[in-house]
Amino acid sequence: MRKQLCDALVARSARPEMVFLTGDLGFMALEPLQAALGPRFVNAGVAEQNMVSVAAGMARQGLDTWVYSIAPFCYARPFEQIRNDVAFHDLPVKLIGNGGGYGYGVMGPTHHAIEDYGVLLTLPHMRAYVPVFDEDIGAVIERAGAAAHPIYLRLGRGEPPKGYTVPPYAAWRQLVSGGGPVLIAVGPLAGTYIAAALDLPEAARPNLWAVAELPLEANPVPAALEAQVAACEELHVAEEHVRRGSFGAELALHLLERGHAPKRFVHHPARAHNFGRYGSQAYLRTCSGLDDATVLGSIERH
Amino acid sequence: MLSAEDFTRARKRLLRMHFESGVGHIGGNLSALDALLVAFHEHLRPGDQFILSKGHAAGALYTALWSTGRLRDEDLVTFHRDGTLLAGHPPAGAIPDILFATGSLGHGLSLAAGTALALRLKNNDARVVCMTSDGEWQEGSTWEALVFACHHRLAKLTVLVDHNGLQGFGSTGDVASMSPLWERLKGFDVDLSVVDGHDPVAIRAALRSGGERFRIVMLQTVKGHGVRFMEDRMEWHYLPLSQAQFEQACQDLDAP
Repeated sequence: MRKQLCDALVARSARPEMVFLTGDLGFMALEPLQAALGPRFVNAGVAEQNMVSVAAGMARQGLDTWVYSIAPFCYARPFEQIRNDVAFHDLPVKLIGNGGGYGYGVMGPTHHAIEDYGVLLTLPHMRAYVPVFDEDIGAVIERAGAAAHPIYLRLGRGEPPKGYTVPPYAAWRQLVSGGGPVLIAVGPLAGTYIAAALDLPEAARPNLWAVAELPLEANPVPAALEAQVAACEELHVAEEHVRRGSFGAELALHLLERGHAPKRFVHHPARAHNFGRYGSQAYLRTCSGLDDATVLGSIERH
Repeated sequence: MLSAEDFTRARKRLLRMHFESGVGHIGGNLSALDALLVAFHEHLRPGDQFILSKGHAAGALYTALWSTGRLRDEDLVTFHRDGTLLAGHPPAGAIPDILFATGSLGHGLSLAAGTALALRLKNNDARVVCMTSDGEWQEGSTWEALVFACHHRLAKLTVLVDHNGLQGFGSTGDVASMSPLWERLKGFDVDLSVVDGHDPVAIRAALRSGGERFRIVMLQTVKGHGVRFMEDRMEWHYLPLSQAQFEQACQDLDAP
């Protein structure tokens, strides 16, 4: 999604109030943005704590402020700066974490972010975007840019099946319809389930939904999805995020509070930061049971 | 220009506020107060920005704002009490002159650097002043901010360092072997001056000077300055005043 990100931000760069800070990342990706912004493109160096507080200072002066790094360096290292300087002041700083989830694959757990939105959404005013497809980025940048609150944007890699026509961006989208259970996936993971879902017989085929904006209080569950959950006996949630602080946990609480608990709730989270062996994002998803065969297999069995 | 009586009056008001609220942190407020008074009365213009990085000197900041008429006596009597806007550390979004809530050390210099860079990008020549403690230079983020401010040559940014030599549980020299801090800063691309932080003439002169570079003014200060039984004693980082101590402190301030 970095190419699309750069294009969208270049399009935005005509705004004189826009500034972009990077933690020394963006080689072979963000050069067009650097050229477009000139002095408003700031390489803040390998100093993420300072970068986030500098961003808060800039946002406080009314600048349209974007911050970029690899996902864990964007939110974990400077967490207190995000909490105290950005969130406590409800400043519209946009934090972009590249390679969320297991996106950095074999680079190892230091580069993964499987607890990012859960941690950040504990903070006041914070909103998270987890775009599903590369084509979502333009709309997501527009929506995030218009927000008056702190934003965390988890960038990944769109993975629709070959030949798939990506539907226009929406915070909730139903990607597959069927007579089976409901399956909700957060972000790009949703795209990885489309082909396998379509291969299932109609009676077992899940109603596959993709969610791209969190938390639920800022992005309520659509009525159509609520109705499907009420009508079916089984709800699955898949996300490249640990169980604690997960979207699945938030959704379960939401349903329980409303007396809408499904008969069977199955959560498919990221299971570990370190499996003892390293590998690609696909390998780590499989280790977590987040691959399409495991998730769709669990649906078919029931 | 501030008179000697103005400094004494502010010092007494600060002590009374802390005494009536039963609040400590007095030593580091008294070390910071003189420079804050000079900054707010004589240096900062409309549009200039101030950030108190050593948020535990909130009492001195509130007193300086009171001294300039931006806070009232009725505000100060609420200090530390339930429902107050005057929290133990500067609050977020409650008082127009307080740009950022601070209290966790090592944030203010970065916030000030971002503010100064933003103003420059907006072709606004407003100045930014930040006050740090000396102990908070043990925070790595402060050094990140130093590198950033030097690199970007933020000439409108001035950092006042309240170099009182004492921190929460020891002297800065005993805890981190960095005192005096100005010796550690030699070699950075910064205009560095070292002045008596309780001499208004010296503080004025340091604030007036300025060039093309980011500026650091090291204020050689005394924790608890002006109250003999407090001066240079670590316990006054924390302790509140008893009635007898408050009366003694006021007598000290009245002594010629």
